[in-house]
Amino acid sequence: MSTALKPKHQRLVLVILALVVLIGAALLAIWGLRGQASYFYVPSDIASDPPEPGRAVRLGGMVQEGSIQTLADGVTVSFVVGDGEATVPVRYTGITPDLFVEGSGVVADGRLAADGTFVADSLLAKHDENYMPRELEDMSEAQAKAVVAETTAK
Amino acid sequence: MSAPDKKPGKRWAIWLPLVLFGGFFVLVMNGLVRPADRDIESAMVGKTLPEFTLAAGSQERPGLATDDFRKGDVRLLNIFASWCVPCAAEAPQLDQIARAGVPIDGVAIRDREQDIARFLARYGNPFATIGKDDISEVQLGIGSSGVPETFVIDGTGTIRYQHIGPIMERDVQTILAEVKKAEAPL
Amino acid sequence: MIAETGLALLWFAAALALLQLFASVMTLVGGQSEAEMGGVVRPAAIMQGPLVALSFLMLMWLFIRTDLSVLLVASNSHSAKPFIFKLAGTWGNHEGSMLLWVTVMALSGSFVALVERRLPERTMIATLAAQAFVSLGFYAFLLFSSNPFERLPTPVPEGNGLNPLLQDIGLAFHPPTLYIGYVGLSVAFSFAVGALLTREVGPAFARAMRPWVLGSWIFLTIGITAGSYWAYYELGWGGWWFWDPVENASLMPWLAATALLHSASVLASRDALRTWTIMLGVIAFSMSMVGTFLVRSGILTSVHAFAVDPERGSFILALLAIYIGGALALFGARASTVNEGKQFSLVSREAGLVVNNVALSAILGIVLLGTLYPLLTEAFDTKVSVGPPYFNPVGAFFAIPMIVVMAVGPLLRWRRDSFDRIAKALILPAVLTAAVIVGAVVLAPGIRVLPLLGLALSIGLGIASLLPLLGRNLLRTPLATWGMVVGHFGLAVALFGMASESAFSTEKLVAADIGDTVEVGPWTIELAGIEPVAGPNWTAIEANMIARYEGGDPVSLHPQSRNFTQPPMTTSESALSTRWNGQLYAVVGEEGLDGRWQLRLWWKPFVPLIWIGGLIVALGGALALIGRLLGDMRKAHQVRRIAERREERPMGGAMPEPAE
Repeated sequence: MSTALKPKHQRLVLVILALVVLIGAALLAIWGLRGQASYFYVPSDIASDPPEPGRAVRLGGMVQEGSIQTLADGVTVSFVVGDGEATVPVRYTGITPDLFVEGSGVVADGRLAADGTFVADSLLAKHDENYMPRELEDMSEAQAKAVVAETTAK
Repeated sequence: MSAPDKKPGKRWAIWLPLVLFGGFFVLVMNGLVRPADRDIESAMVGKTLPEFTLAAGSQERPGLATDDFRKGDVRLLNIFASWCVPCAAEAPQLDQIARAGVPIDGVAIRDREQDIARFLARYGNPFATIGKDDISEVQLGIGSSGVPETFVIDGTGTIRYQHIGPIMERDVQTILAEVKKAEAPL
Repeated sequence: MIAETGLALLWFAAALALLQLFASVMTLVGGQSEAEMGGVVRPAAIMQGPLVALSFLMLMWLFIRTDLSVLLVASNSHSAKPFIFKLAGTWGNHEGSMLLWVTVMALSGSFVALVERRLPERTMIATLAAQAFVSLGFYAFLLFSSNPFERLPTPVPEGNGLNPLLQDIGLAFHPPTLYIGYVGLSVAFSFAVGALLTREVGPAFARAMRPWVLGSWIFLTIGITAGSYWAYYELGWGGWWFWDPVENASLMPWLAATALLHSASVLASRDALRTWTIMLGVIAFSMSMVGTFLVRSGILTSVHAFAVDPERGSFILALLAIYIGGALALFGARASTVNEGKQFSLVSREAGLVVNNVALSAILGIVLLGTLYPLLTEAFDTKVSVGPPYFNPVGAFFAIPMIVVMAVGPLLRWRRDSFDRIAKALILPAVLTAAVIVGAVVLAPGIRVLPLLGLALSIGLGIASLLPLLGRNLLRTPLATWGMVVGHFGLAVALFGMASESAFSTEKLVAADIGDTVEVGPWTIELAGIEPVAGPNWTAIEANMIARYEGGDPVSLHPQSRNFTQPPMTTSESALSTRWNGQLYAVVGEEGLDGRWQLRLWWKPFVPLIWIGGLIVALGGALALIGRLLGDMRKAHQVRRIAERREERPMGGAMPEPAE
């Protein structure tokens, strides 16, 4: 196709093409990340500045005592996630993860429905036997602050 | 090897990977330093203990509550669990500190009474009281991220120092010094 | 005593590495003659391998005996554990796995020093200097920050157990596989640095490096395939790739190694792409270090549980900065003095491989950016996670053109070619690709774009990948060519599995009473019973399911929900039933308050092809590696014969090689 070009120029074309593609990849990646990354929320964030319904986000917090309920279909659970300041009702259809119990930390991937319920696609109830995930470490700090606020108010 | 053809455009491009790597390095350093800050000090150091009441985790010792820490003496609050090996490793050091006259209160995390009893029988019992924290309530409340951790609490119920991980022999003096420091009011 | 001996062996090996570095640096810059100091370099490298291997055996012995006076054994083992997991416990933890890393590294160093004679001696010494420098960092890491032989002040009566998720035969052998891959890339890195230091970037360098890249690429391919299968059946989520940081950490070196493999073959046969190959050599090892760093430092949150430690993260980061920063600075300083090598035309096999390299680098960049993005936003106090909605479409944007080039490229000739010559051969795959697109849109109207393109391209690539064999005598076709064909075909197979899984999977999630039947896809599944069962260190409830494919013979499935006691943890064991055209995947959950059991069932057509394809890719790599090694041996033999004949003029091993 371009046999008329000198070999040296042909290589220059290749180098330029490669650079264009790589820069294009970087731009595409940045654009994709801005649009597709899901932000991490704790319940008080959702209370103060909720994400738009339908946008994929992550919710982290503690499963509130006495809030886990299994619905009639036997596979949907509803529970409440709190961080000491605010709470968010969550609904999840699926088999709950192994460490998912009341009072445990949980990270839910999903989206906020129009009625204010968080619909989770997946649940992660993870804690290493020695250390908790960093997202929850932060959360417990937020919770700790809330507890401090309560104790010092007295 | 013959002399290369030097295009001016190519020469800066060759340094580009190093620049990108530098950016990566700064980013990661930033990420590494931040959690390290959190690890070293709980947000609660310098604050008062949250309110809690824990049932006894062992038949040999009473449970504990926040009020126990407001009686004027400096105490250690030790977060442990029978299922945690580093906790067993720090047992001799805890014992040493207890024999030095510092009362130690234990909080057993997500544990069972029979396991705690076996743990104490095996590694000794330096604790003045043992509370059972089945939902990590106290652990989270005082900003601890794992087991074992040890807190120095002064006579007014204020957290003065946090030690993360097992207390090894080299840490004993530090802990005792922090206890001394906590005897003076803030 | 065993622990102390193991530690002493490590110190001894580290001292030898120091000697190796010192002697080679003296030879390179200190003006020492190669005969004086250079003579020390190879023996020092050769001795390290057995020393460290022995040290690793010591640790293994401690684990087999469950010596509870050693901290590492106490925290990761348990006397009630099955033997094979005691053994796997040796490397199923941070310290042990780093020792394994160093062991493989030292053995590779020995091997390079023992066998590699084709490069000029000066380049070889520079390579071994780089190798020693890299090893020293890891010895330091092991000895100062991750000592596997540390004793407990007082022995504990019972160990802590191994993370139950890791008590799985697949996972027991998964990390070592990846580590061997990573270490192979470190050898390639040493070759690249050695070549850069002595400015000997040419076909001989590429040929010396290629087996290492190929070998590590094979292991990485197997490792990723196995890891994906493990995540698939062990996590019980039905998915096979989650774009989790731990998975990306193994994918990124693979992408870089794939690019390196192809550019090294251009350099070896055509003496082009010199700077680019060196660059990739550095990047490939960087990616394995970055991957290890991301996994071990816990800087990113992952679904795969790993004990993490920021202090160790800092150590790995420091090593990373020294090696990669140093290598890239050297690259900047030296690369402009490396001649670019031979020219080629825009339509040629070289150009095809350049496109492949650019696309792979673009995908690598996309995965790296996506993996690091949460870290970037966290610097501005926003937490995000990045998942399939980003990786799939953005990655596919570059993967799809790459697959097209994969189909065309191998048919092109080196240096210069024209599309007219190969157009006829490509008619069949092109027509079939179009036919699949039309057929799928008509038969499965709801199909999404990516699975559709994946299906169509996999068919096209599958056929096109076999075309290079057309008109050849199959018996006389070089093994390396077979390797390429098989590797590309394997990728087509895997792609077909991925696209089919994503396009045609059906899922059912129900709460069922005993005796209930559930339908999923062509299957009818009856929940026949729930029984408690016990294993060596776990108890479980096990569902007994009777499944029939389109009313055929019954197959029984036994998914479990397992409870481990040491340490306490629950895992779900999925049950699989494989047919030629797909897999039935069953998971049992908890018992609800009303006594019904949660069941989750999937029918995944052709899903096993993903992993079968991955293994075929690895087989292709193995064929190519064997072909190359046999070729090298034959050549070395010829060189020796010629050298014997012309004793007055000894050859340096630089035989002209015909273009392949």
